[in-house]
Amino acid sequence: MLLFLEQLLNGVQLGMTLFMMAAGLTLVFGVMNFINLAHGSLFMAGAYVAAAVVAATGSFLLGLVAGVAVAALFGVVLDRVIVRPLAGRGHLDQVLATFAVILIANETVRLVFGRQPLALDPPGWLAGTVEILPGVPYPLYRLAVILVGLLVMAGLWLLVMRTRVGMWVRAGATHPEMIQLLGVDIGRLNGLIFAAGAALAGLAGIVAGPFIAIQSGMGEAILILAFVVVVIGGIGSVLGAAIGALLVGVGDTLGRAYLPALVHELAPAGTAEGLGPALASMGIYLLMALVLALRPKGLLGR
Amino acid sequence: MRFNHGLIGGVAALGLLAGAAAAEPVKVGMVTTLSTGGGYLGQDVRDGFILALEMAGATDRVELLVEDDGLEPENGVQIAERMVERDGAEVMTGIIFSNVAMAVVPKLVRGGMIYLSPNAGPSALAGKGCHENYFNVAWQNDDLHAAMGAYVAGQGFDNVYLLAPNYPAGKDALTGFKRFYKGNVAGEVYTQLGQTDYAAELANLRAAGPDAVFFFYPGGMGINFVKQAAQAGISQEIPFFGPAFSFDDTLLDAVGDAAVGIKNTSQWSPDLDNEANKAFVAAFKDKYGRYPTLYASQGFDTANLLLSAMDAVGDDVSDQAAFREALRAADFVSVRGDFRFGPNQHPIQDIYVREAYVDDSGNVTNRIVGMVLEDHADAYAAECAM
Repeated sequence: MLLFLEQLLNGVQLGMTLFMMAAGLTLVFGVMNFINLAHGSLFMAGAYVAAAVVAATGSFLLGLVAGVAVAALFGVVLDRVIVRPLAGRGHLDQVLATFAVILIANETVRLVFGRQPLALDPPGWLAGTVEILPGVPYPLYRLAVILVGLLVMAGLWLLVMRTRVGMWVRAGATHPEMIQLLGVDIGRLNGLIFAAGAALAGLAGIVAGPFIAIQSGMGEAILILAFVVVVIGGIGSVLGAAIGALLVGVGDTLGRAYLPALVHELAPAGTAEGLGPALASMGIYLLMALVLALRPKGLLGR
Repeated sequence: MRFNHGLIGGVAALGLLAGAAAAEPVKVGMVTTLSTGGGYLGQDVRDGFILALEMAGATDRVELLVEDDGLEPENGVQIAERMVERDGAEVMTGIIFSNVAMAVVPKLVRGGMIYLSPNAGPSALAGKGCHENYFNVAWQNDDLHAAMGAYVAGQGFDNVYLLAPNYPAGKDALTGFKRFYKGNVAGEVYTQLGQTDYAAELANLRAAGPDAVFFFYPGGMGINFVKQAAQAGISQEIPFFGPAFSFDDTLLDAVGDAAVGIKNTSQWSPDLDNEANKAFVAAFKDKYGRYPTLYASQGFDTANLLLSAMDAVGDDVSDQAAFREALRAADFVSVRGDFRFGPNQHPIQDIYVREAYVDDSGNVTNRIVGMVLEDHADAYAAECAM
């Protein structure tokens, strides 16, 4: 039981990282109708800048600020150079252009930082474990990630549902011509959304940095998961992205934790050891297929 | 200014021409992995190889063609064909990953090309599939895992938890570990290849209560796993063991203090006490500004093996029987000390246990704790009929 609770917490933590990636992706996709494969490069940019700044200054907070700022700036540049000129074009053009950005970003990182992975350690005051339940030590840093994820969720909800800009965003998603007629500069609004999404992707990269290898191409694995989250949640819905991210995070974690043992009980020895992990890695895609079969536009898609 | 550049270029070109006229260099094709997360492995093999040529003053005896396979078997096949057919490569080398090697090497060696493996050593090429044109200068894939199994068993651990990625080399790794380890297996877990998050596996591992952990996570996976295990406080409670692939100096830089104290098996170590190795480590640090990895040592040895055989045949590799004979003699000074080829043309060598520690300059690196297997020959040599 304690182990199950711990695994649940692990799933929530993975979900929070995914949410930070998926929130920007779903807004850009839903509001601007733009497919941005380079979202993973923004994740990588955040992690690399933070790692470099932390290595130079020793301050995690400084690295955090610098990483988010550079990712946002990268987003602004992408918006000007790629997103706007291709906004009216088909999805294929957008996919091709942003795929090129992935290749260029990965190669640039390789040239600047080299092929060896970088290190980013959590700040000293977040290292170590705390006993959340008797006999279950849990990494403090993972708890902090959950907290950051919750803060981002709350902040986005307030921004989208309770502010004027948020109202424009919601209106822009459904009636872009109408709000333009009402005098809102939709180009600038879209630029803002793109930069905010980029900053969140950068934040996700920094937050994930202490767990994972910071290396060229690190954004692509998480990008695929983020797209699964967006599709499950419904394109354009931030709340959908939150629900989707938690479903995928928890589903993936519990699948990896319990499926192999379960398959081991049921299937004959020999096939079981390969089948279990294979099923576990397929789990979230099966979940996506199920959601799409029942609700073709995703859980909260309209 | 423009005139000056032209002049310098012209002089340089003349110099190259002069070099070419002196003796026809042997063309060596190096298909290796320079991009993806495994890119630093190929980089180190290449840099070690080039360093060996420079230290031997042999840069004009070998013309090295290098290309990145991007860890794609199809790319590897195309590049190898191009190097052989169009560029006229006479010796091939360089492949890092076993899946690329299996696509490229059998075709090459059956087509009459000599191949020197600086890294990958799949069992299929060591046993029944061995070939007179195939020389492995690194190890057979199982070797380091098997050595760790022997060490862990020898240390008295009898309830070990095993983890590896779910792909052929991962399964080979755990099979290799169990060759000499006969104790209880507390858990045998295969994870997704390229997985980044290990929270679920680590929670299960702790709950299983093993007395030791053996894992094979090369490249980025190793960084992720070791960092997360340290953050969860698990690697501080339970001793961790693995092959050197998860603890080369590049990975240690990225993992940092979380790796300190972890024991790993390798055929080479930066502190191996012999003259060739001391010179290699110092020259590598000096030229590239980083610590060499075992991959760099393998690239270095591969070049020196090649040069030793070229010496024996007067740089004329067209007489393949004589060239093969010279390679088989392995008459070169290896940075790992004793080195000779077994009947399947794979190394017979000592395998050591190393531990990660912080050296005088504050860098996390490896040092030798002891020897586990002396003059170890791989388990497949007997199946090779050559």
